[in-house]
Amino acid sequence: MNTEGLISIIKNIAEKIDMEKDFLGELDSFIGDGDHGINMARGFNEVKKKLPEFSSLEPAELLKSVGMTLVATVGGASGPLYGTAFMKAGAALKGKENFDINDFVSALELAIEGVMKRGRSTQGEKTMLDSMIPSLTALKTSLANGDDSITALREAVAAAEDGVYYTKTIAATKGRASYLGVRSIGYQDPGATSYKMIIESVYETLKQ
Amino acid sequence: MKKFINAVSDVENEMIQGMVKAYPQYLRKLDCGNVLVRAERKENKVALIGGGGSGHEPGHCGYIGEGILDACVPGAVFTSPTPDMIYEGIKSIDTGKGVLMMVMNYTGDVMNFEMAAEMAADEGIQVDQVIINDDVAVKDSTWTTGRRGVAGAVLVNKITGAKAESGASLEEVKAVAEKAIANVRTMGAAISPCTIPAAGRPGFEIGEDEIEIGIGVHGEPGTYRDKMMTADQITDILLERILGDLDFTGREVAVLINSAGATPLMELFIINNHVADVLASKNIKVYKTFCGEYMTSLEMAGFSITLLRLDDELKELLDAKAVTPAFTC
Repeated sequence: MNTEGLISIIKNIAEKIDMEKDFLGELDSFIGDGDHGINMARGFNEVKKKLPEFSSLEPAELLKSVGMTLVATVGGASGPLYGTAFMKAGAALKGKENFDINDFVSALELAIEGVMKRGRSTQGEKTMLDSMIPSLTALKTSLANGDDSITALREAVAAAEDGVYYTKTIAATKGRASYLGVRSIGYQDPGATSYKMIIESVYETLKQ
Repeated sequence: MKKFINAVSDVENEMIQGMVKAYPQYLRKLDCGNVLVRAERKENKVALIGGGGSGHEPGHCGYIGEGILDACVPGAVFTSPTPDMIYEGIKSIDTGKGVLMMVMNYTGDVMNFEMAAEMAADEGIQVDQVIINDDVAVKDSTWTTGRRGVAGAVLVNKITGAKAESGASLEEVKAVAEKAIANVRTMGAAISPCTIPAAGRPGFEIGEDEIEIGIGVHGEPGTYRDKMMTADQITDILLERILGDLDFTGREVAVLINSAGATPLMELFIINNHVADVLASKNIKVYKTFCGEYMTSLEMAGFSITLLRLDDELKELLDAKAVTPAFTC
C-alpha cells in the first residue's frame, strides 16, 4: 500500500461519514449535544477536498495532514481525538513509501495510545476506545493465526461492531454523556460508532 | 426559529465583526480567523487567553482589555474553538513572560487548549493552564468529566487578569487563578430553553409550569426538574447547594447573579434581595455584588448564583482596575 491506496481509503471514509452524518447526529442527541455527525462530516469533507493537494505526500505526511485538517475543522472533542489518532498513525509510518498490514497494526496501536492519552481515557468508559481497542486485538489475533490481511481486517470490523454494542450496556464516565451517569445506559456511543465506520471503510476499500 | 440573524453560517463571523466594530478601543481581530486580542498590547506581562463556544456573550470576548484577558478565542456557538486558532492567539499575545490559558472544564475545551499548548511549547513559548469548574450542580467524582465551568469563570478571569496586569510571574498568576477557582461556586436554574441557530430548534423542552434546576450554560440537563416556584424558593434551593459545598460561614464573599440571557435585571434584583438576606442570616458578609448578563446562554430564561470566598489578596485583585467592554472598575 502506498499514498495512492491510502488516499482511496480516506476518500471512502469521508464518503461514509458524510452518508451517515444524520445517524451519528441522532445517536449523539440521545446522550450528548447532537453535533457528532455534522462536525465529523464537516471535517472529513474538508479532508476530501484537500486530498488532491496531499497526493504528493508520503503516507506518514498524508496522515499527519489529514489529522491536522480534522483538528482544525471538526471542533468539540472529536476533533482533537480523531486528529490525534490520524497524526499518531502517521508517525508509525514515518519514512515509508509503502506499508503493509503490520505497519497498519503499528499505526492503529499508536493511534489508540494517542486517543487514550489525549482523552485521559481507557476501555469501558463508553467512548470510541470501546470499538478501537477490540478491533486492534482482533486484528492482531487474526494475523497471529496466519490469516491474510483481508480476513484479519474483517475480524477487526466485527470486533468493532461488538464494541459498539457493548457501549449500549455501560454508563459513560467520560465526555458530555458522563453528566447523564446511568441514564446513558441503553444508548450506543456515537464515537465508538464512527470509528466502526472508519475501520469498515478500510476493510471495504482493501477488499476491492 | 425567530432570530435577528442573516445566514445561519454567518452568525459567529458577523457577531465577532460587530463586536470589534463596537469596541475598537479594546479589541482587535487577528487576520487568521476568529481570534480576538487586546487592541493595545502591553509588554512584559503574563498574557491571559480564554475561550470557549460562542453564545455566551459577553463571555468571554467582552472581557478582553486592561486588567482581564489579553485574548479570547470564540468557537462556533456552544462548540469549543480549535487548537490552530488558540495557538494563533497564544503566539500573538506572548510577551516572553508566558501565557496562562483560562480553560472551562468541558472535554472539548480541555483537549483543544491542550493541543494548542503543545503547539506553542514546540515554538518555545511558555504556556500553562488552569481549569475552571465552579458548577456545583454536577457531581465532581472520578466517574464523571467533573464539574462544568460556568459563570464563576468571569470572577476567576477578573482576579487572575488583575494579578497578571501587576507584572507577577506565570507561577504567581497561576497560583492566584487556582486560589480563585478553589473558592468559587455556582449553581443555576432555567425556565425556558435556547435555540442554537445551526440546530434551528430549542435544545430542550420544558413545560409552562416547570423549572430545570442545576442547568448548564449550554442548556444541558440539570440536577432535576420541578414545578415552578417563587424566586425566594428557587434561591433557597440553589444557595443550599452552594453553601453545602464550601464553608462560607464568617467569610466575606463576592456575589454574582447572572442572567442566562432572557431573564431581566428586575428578576435578578428580586433574587439578589433574598440572597443578601439569606447570607446575612448565616453570618456571611457580602463584599461586592454583581447583577447582570455576564455569561449568557443565548436567549435562555434562567439565572445562576455565584459565590466567591474572599481574602485580602482576592479582594484587592477584584477591586483592581479593569477596562474591558463588559467589565470596568
